[in-house]
Amino acid sequence: MSRITPIGLLRAAVVLGAAIAYPLVITPDWLVNIGVFTLMYAGLATAWNLFSGYTGYISLGQAAFFGIGAYALAITFNHISIGNGYRPFYVLPLIGLAVGLASLPVAWVALRTRAMTFAIVTLMLLFIVQQLAFNLRSVTHGSQGVAVPQPSFSSNFDRPYYFAMLGILALGLLVTWYVRGSKLGLQLLAVREDEEKARGLGVRVTRAKLIAWGLHVGLTAMIGGVWGYYLFFIYPESAVDPLVMIGAVLMTFLGGRGTLWGPMIGALVLVPAQQWALTDFGATRLYLIAYALVFVVILLALPRGIVPSLRRA
Amino acid sequence: MHIVVQACILGVLTGGVYALMASGLTLVFGVMRVINVAQGALVILSAYLSYVLFKDVHVDPFLSVLIVAPFMFALGVAVQLIFIRSLRSEQAEELSLLITWALALGIEGSLGAIFQTTYRATNPGYANSAWTIFGYQVSVVRAYAFALSVGILVLLYLLLARTRFGRAVRATVQNPSSARLLGVDADRVRALAFGVGVATASAAGAVYGVLYPFNPGSHYDLISRLLSIVVLGGLGSVGGAVAAALVLGVVEALVAVEISPVWSSFSYFVVLIAILIVRPQGLFGVRERVL
Repeated sequence: MSRITPIGLLRAAVVLGAAIAYPLVITPDWLVNIGVFTLMYAGLATAWNLFSGYTGYISLGQAAFFGIGAYALAITFNHISIGNGYRPFYVLPLIGLAVGLASLPVAWVALRTRAMTFAIVTLMLLFIVQQLAFNLRSVTHGSQGVAVPQPSFSSNFDRPYYFAMLGILALGLLVTWYVRGSKLGLQLLAVREDEEKARGLGVRVTRAKLIAWGLHVGLTAMIGGVWGYYLFFIYPESAVDPLVMIGAVLMTFLGGRGTLWGPMIGALVLVPAQQWALTDFGATRLYLIAYALVFVVILLALPRGIVPSLRRA
Repeated sequence: MHIVVQACILGVLTGGVYALMASGLTLVFGVMRVINVAQGALVILSAYLSYVLFKDVHVDPFLSVLIVAPFMFALGVAVQLIFIRSLRSEQAEELSLLITWALALGIEGSLGAIFQTTYRATNPGYANSAWTIFGYQVSVVRAYAFALSVGILVLLYLLLARTRFGRAVRATVQNPSSARLLGVDADRVRALAFGVGVATASAAGAVYGVLYPFNPGSHYDLISRLLSIVVLGGLGSVGGAVAAALVLGVVEALVAVEISPVWSSFSYFVVLIAILIVRPQGLFGVRERVL
């Protein structure tokens, strides 16, 4: 069972307290904006880790569900009113649940393959969803994109989004913490170590993998929804962007796969640098080169990630 | 009927070019269990090299293969030796997926910095001419591209089937540890195989620039096709990749004329998913084991 230890509780309280205090103490919009993106990536990395970090199956399809979440929210609120502006946030759990459940049949097909083929098939999912976003014009308006109604939060416009992202990240961490200490967590680790043996010992491996998959997809779709609402406008290339996903994967590797706090720590290190690089190099393509370099350095120098390396030291 | 036959001709000719690109990808996987996500970016890089050679030095795009392919071979060997060999962790195979992705981003970024994002195309004088055979139009460029692809695939087959290097490669594919015990220098075989895989793809890239307009971001479209092809054919099977490329080329062309060009590239994914439900290991593949 997942036990609540005093030190763990203290750690969670400090992190959560600091995260809540940040936008209240630091008010410049651009800093809160960076905070929103940091939490977004931390959430995405935590969600990715929940499936790929614990099962060992590398999924490269996360951006697909991020995009579906964004489109689901955008299209829903083109039909109903956003009310005082907070209503989309209340609908998010429904979107997460719906997308998570809807992804299970797809996952069942994808999980028939192993290791490298699985990675490729999930990457295909990303291209499939992007293509659908382009082609299903009656729903998505194709390459024109979809506009999301804008709320009229008076001052500190970014704050509600910040807290929404924080809420999802906290939920992701809570789920990860719970799964890690549960029977499901042990089953997932058994899959990662030796799937055939685990199956032989009577572990229902497919069921375990599907649950972890559904959870990671649900969290991802919710984050996508907040992101779409924050940007007001989404189109296929931005909503289903391989770069966003690969960023989250990179952060998970940096922080440490299969750890609770690792993905978030990776995001805290990388996102501010990324946002700075984006504003400085965004126009020229040097941004991509910088991204590639950071990537290579992390994979070659720190393949285990920060948290596991610290723990061993 | 006429339009269907015409579409099949187009599909086979296009499929031949993709077969060449995909064979390099699947060969590399067979030898070292590495999926080179940068294969598409390397193809685009070769398309740019050939474009520059044509525009500034007036080298015919088909002849430029002779210059581009050796260069890309050297680049492939360097990538293997510098990046992929250095991955130490026990999950080196999965990590290689990410490091080649980083390579793709690096190439995309560098090309973008040099050429910006405008679409380019290599336009030799014969780019738009076509032969008429039994009433069917056959584009000269596509026919040449197909012939070049078949030629290189035959060379690749001879290399794998008849030479000492080819035997070492096949031995490594079948059983890496036994191959090493029998004196196969694994590092050397891997580096050369990676070089060959990249070089074959880039030969196709030189003519890709004549067939389609391209920009630095085109590699995502390419890699999604190439990955569908190698998974459909069965990872590691060169023959499977060639067969899958031809099948998908024809399906794509048929969908374009019978349904809508908008959905033609989507047909790749539909065929792939359908096959995966029936046969997860692809047409000619062997089921992957979890290590």
